[in-house]
This record gives sequence, C-alpha cells and structure tokens, in this order.
Amino acid sequence: MFAERIATLRSGTRRFDAGARAALVLLLAMYAAALLAPVIAPYAQSEQVDIVRMANHAPTLAHPFGTDRFSRDVLTRVLYGARVSLSIATIAVLVAAVVGTMYGLVAAAFGGVVDTLLMRLLDTMLAIPKVLLLVAVLALWSPMPLWALVLLLGLTGWFDVSRLVRAEALVVREREFVLAAHALGAGRRRVMFRHLLPNVLVPVIVTTTLGIGNVIVLEAGLSFIGIGVREPNASWGTMFYEASEAFAGTWWAALFPGVAIVTTVLCFNVLGDALRAALDPRQLPSASVGTRGAAATSIDVFPGAARNLHSDGGDPSRSLP
Amino acid sequence: MRRFVAVRSVHAIVVLWLVATVAFFLIHAAPGDPFLFESDRVRADVRAQLRERFGYDRPIVEQYGRYLLNVARGEFGYSHSLHVPVREAITERLPRTLLLMGLGMGLSFLLGIRLGVYEVRHRFTWRARVANRASLLMYSLPDFWFAIMMLLVFAYWLPVLPAGQMVDVLHDYMSPGRAAWDRVQHLILPVGTFTLMFTAFLTRYQRAALLDTLPADYVRTARAKGVDERGVVGRHALRNAILPIITLAGLAFPALVGGAVFVEKVFSWPGLGLMAVNAITVRDYPLVLAAVLVSAGMVVLGNLLADVAYAFADPRVRVR
Repeated sequence: MFAERIATLRSGTRRFDAGARAALVLLLAMYAAALLAPVIAPYAQSEQVDIVRMANHAPTLAHPFGTDRFSRDVLTRVLYGARVSLSIATIAVLVAAVVGTMYGLVAAAFGGVVDTLLMRLLDTMLAIPKVLLLVAVLALWSPMPLWALVLLLGLTGWFDVSRLVRAEALVVREREFVLAAHALGAGRRRVMFRHLLPNVLVPVIVTTTLGIGNVIVLEAGLSFIGIGVREPNASWGTMFYEASEAFAGTWWAALFPGVAIVTTVLCFNVLGDALRAALDPRQLPSASVGTRGAAATSIDVFPGAARNLHSDGGDPSRSLP
Repeated sequence: MRRFVAVRSVHAIVVLWLVATVAFFLIHAAPGDPFLFESDRVRADVRAQLRERFGYDRPIVEQYGRYLLNVARGEFGYSHSLHVPVREAITERLPRTLLLMGLGMGLSFLLGIRLGVYEVRHRFTWRARVANRASLLMYSLPDFWFAIMMLLVFAYWLPVLPAGQMVDVLHDYMSPGRAAWDRVQHLILPVGTFTLMFTAFLTRYQRAALLDTLPADYVRTARAKGVDERGVVGRHALRNAILPIITLAGLAFPALVGGAVFVEKVFSWPGLGLMAVNAITVRDYPLVLAAVLVSAGMVVLGNLLADVAYAFADPRVRVR
C-alpha cells in the first residue's frame, strides 16, 4: 500500500508541482551547505576579523552578509548556524515521530481502558502551552546541554503525531487483512508492527515534514528569549537574538539569519503540503483509494475532497505554528 | 446539553489537576533548593529553621496536598523579583494579555473566514492563488521575526507608531481624547502582528474546510436550484465549514498563548508572557510556574468553550 503510493508519486509528477520540487532542491542544498560549512565558509567558525575596524560592518564583497558586533562574518555564522538549527530540528522531529507513532499504535492496538487512559493523558499534555512549559523547564534546568535541548524538543513534540497515528490505526485495525492476521494467530506485537505500522506511515511522514519547520521556529523562538541554544553554539535563533538588540542600526546581522529561518520553514511547509496532497489516502476520492492515478483530475480542484469533516478532531492541530 | 457541559467540565477539572501535578513534580525534580544559600552569614541551623517554617521538611505527600489547596485558592506564593504576591502580579497582567489576544482573535476570525471564502469562491483565478500563496508565506513566518520586522518598518524606518509599552510616558498628562488615541496607537502593532499571524492560519483551514464541503449533496442541490457561486460558498458551504473552525480555535489556543510570549517580548507589552520571560532571567520560579498554570487554565477553558460552542452549533455532537 505504501510502496504503491510512492509509485503514484513517481508517476504522477503532475501533483508534485514545481513549487514543491523547488522547495525540495533548496532544502537539499541547505543540508549540503550545513554539512560542508567548514569547506565552503569564507572564514573560520568564530573568527574575529578585526574588532576595531570591522565590527558591525555593512555588507561588502568580502563580507556579503556584513559582520556582527564582534566583527565575525555573518555569512560564515549563518552557514555554521544551519548545522545547529537543522540538526536540532531534524533529530528532535525524528524523536517525536518515533515516540508519537509508538504511543498512538499502542493506544489503538490495545484499545479499551488503555486507550482511554493514554488519550486523557494526551489531552493533559496538549493543554499545557508548549512554549511556556519549555520556558519553565529551561529556566529550572539552565544552562541545558544541546543534546538535552534536542531531547526536550522531541519529547514535547509528539502529541499531534500520536493522535494522527491512533486515528489512522483505529481505522486500519478493522480492515480484513488485520482480522485475517488475528485469525491466523498473529500476536498483538506482530499485528502492531507488521500490519498497522506500515499503514500509518504516510501521515507520520507528512506531519514530520511539517514538524521540522515548526521545531526550527520553536527553537529559534526559545533562543530569541535567551534560553535556547547558547554560545559558543549558535543557531539562527541565537544569532537573531544577539543582533535584534541593535537591529535598527545593524539590520544585516538580524536579517540574514531571519531570512534563513523563514526560507527553511517555508520550504518544509510547501514540501509537507505537497507530500500530503500526493500521499495522504484521505485526499483521494473514497471510491478509488488504492487505484492509482484515478485521483489526478479532481484532486487539483478539490484537495481533501473526500475527507470526512468529523472523522478526526485532531487533524487541524497537526501543523499548529 | 446540560449533561454534555457537565461531563466536559469534569474533564477540564481533571486535566487542570494533572497539569498542577506535573508542575509540582517539575519544581521538586529541579536542581537546587530555595534555601541552598552559599553564604557564610546563613548558618546551617538558620537554614533548617527556614526549611521548617516554610514546610520543606514535611513529607512530600503533605507538601503536595498543601500545594494543591493553595493552587485551588489561587495562592501561588510570593514573587521576590516584583515584591508582591504572585496572585497580584497575575491579576494585574492577565487582563492586558487577554485584551491583546481577544482583539487579535476577533479580528482574525472576521478576516480569516472572509479570506477563506474569497479564496474558494475565486478558486480558479490567479488572485485567489496569490492570496493562497500569501497566506502560506505568512503562516511560515516565525512570530518573533515578523514582530521585529513590523517594529523595524513602522517604528523605525517610518516612525508613525510607538515602538512598545502600553501607553506613552506622558500618558497621564494628556487630555482624555488624546489619551484614548495614545492607547489605540500602542495597540496597533502588537494586535496587528497577532491578527496577521492568526489570520494566515485560519484562512488556510477555512479554505480546506470549505473545499471539503463542496462535494456534499446539499451543495449540489443548491447549485441545481440555481444559486450562484457566491451563495453556494458564502451560505450553503460556509454554514457547515464553520464548525471545524470552532474546534480549531480551541486547539489553536496553546499556540496563541505561546505567540503572546513573543509578541509581548518584542513590543514590551507588560502582560503575562513578558512577565514570564522576565521572571526566568531573575529565576523567580513561583512567578514562572504561576504563569504556566494560569495559561494552562486559559487553554483548558478555551477548549471547554470551543466544545460547548461546537455542541451548541451542531446538534449531532450532543447525542454522543
């Protein structure tokens, strides 16, 4: 089923439009730039060029993005910042995806009291405003090492995923092939991993893609109020925070890290939307789920046409800012 | 209906209790101790006396019980940075945050629903496509970044609006009319930022919800009757597509509270969010935790209201 949809994506390139492809290319370029930062960056990581004459210097040919107040090249710092921002967001979202998928699967596979309890617990965690919870935890345990921050962002980011996975798995659970597996004597664990898991992967992939953008913004926001990534590590948010104190005079030091954040987030959102349109089974007219290609014409006009309005209350929350 | 509200209220109270419990164990798991002075002037026996006086020597179950009672009565302790009881600090700042959020949400609903209808009604034109791309772009902008850019443009490059705070320094000396205008001026940027961010979000979902209803039978019936596109989208489809937006408002509440933190920080708006951020820098834990608890309470209340509004608007939900 999953492979089939990937195949649909390959053949039906019409639905993966130019914008989405451009976003994908741009993102790959950013990851490459982050990986190759030591090679392509024009200066060393925290090199201070000339603190007396070159501090807060406007963009020139030698420094296309200008320099910051310690006379460090902003372009170099944006490239190294990409390493921090992108790796934090990517790892945190992967942690969230794994935890959320397991939680949702367990809730759906066990059902009954287990399901009710797990869902009540989830409601509680969703009721705590994430930003303020992170603010409180980061304030109590400051300064927090980078790996702990990643783990914290991951462990507070899986709630939406688990809701989606549960909703999806509850539907799949009633399908004939799962009943057949049960009848053949498959244990709960086998059903969970062999039959339910492959069928809930699509929404997980879509939410994860959209989630990376959200985590980049969240991490940048926390760094912006001074409790996220701290020196000597600098994410785009940290750079923006440092520069924003005097942004009016030295706009370049704040603008370029900001543009990096916005571009990345926009690309992930465009890509996530395109993936959802291309992969999400609920986007296909219900009569033709699984019959590849049949969807193409109506989809472009009415994305999400077949989605049942009341089927899952958790749906809109999947990509809250 | 009454039964539905009662059941949902009990759920809400259980959730609040769990939130308070999480907060309690968070404080206790945190490193350090309120009386862990590294000072020669505080002797060990004085420290022990202080611990006893504030009840830190009691068993943890008893501390937990007392804490729950205090939270239930709205007693959150004393803020050492503001030198007032935490309750006072909160009651002073909460209305300011609510003003910001209320205005922002109200305007966003007006704008977001209209824009969603517009995008669907003209869905085959380039104008709607531009509007759609614009809302995706707005939706992708980090709130603090957008707020700073607004500040840069409207307070620095074109100095037409004040850069922050709630009122001007000379507010108390102004004539009543001038003072009122001063308040409005200070509201424009923070409320505007809030509104634009939330509108982009609502527009996207209103559009998706409207498109979802278009294949429905009653839409086809309306078309068959000869209702024009404006009537089909704006009346027949919208009536049903407004429901998911109600739930969405409840679900978006935590994100809005989070957004308030950044907007208040950038515009120095003296509300709950700015208070929480400032409390971190001076390690005023009772204040931070009270901010978390109060905003969690706001979220729970928001969800409850959204549920009730939904049940009020859609009779099918009540039966469940």
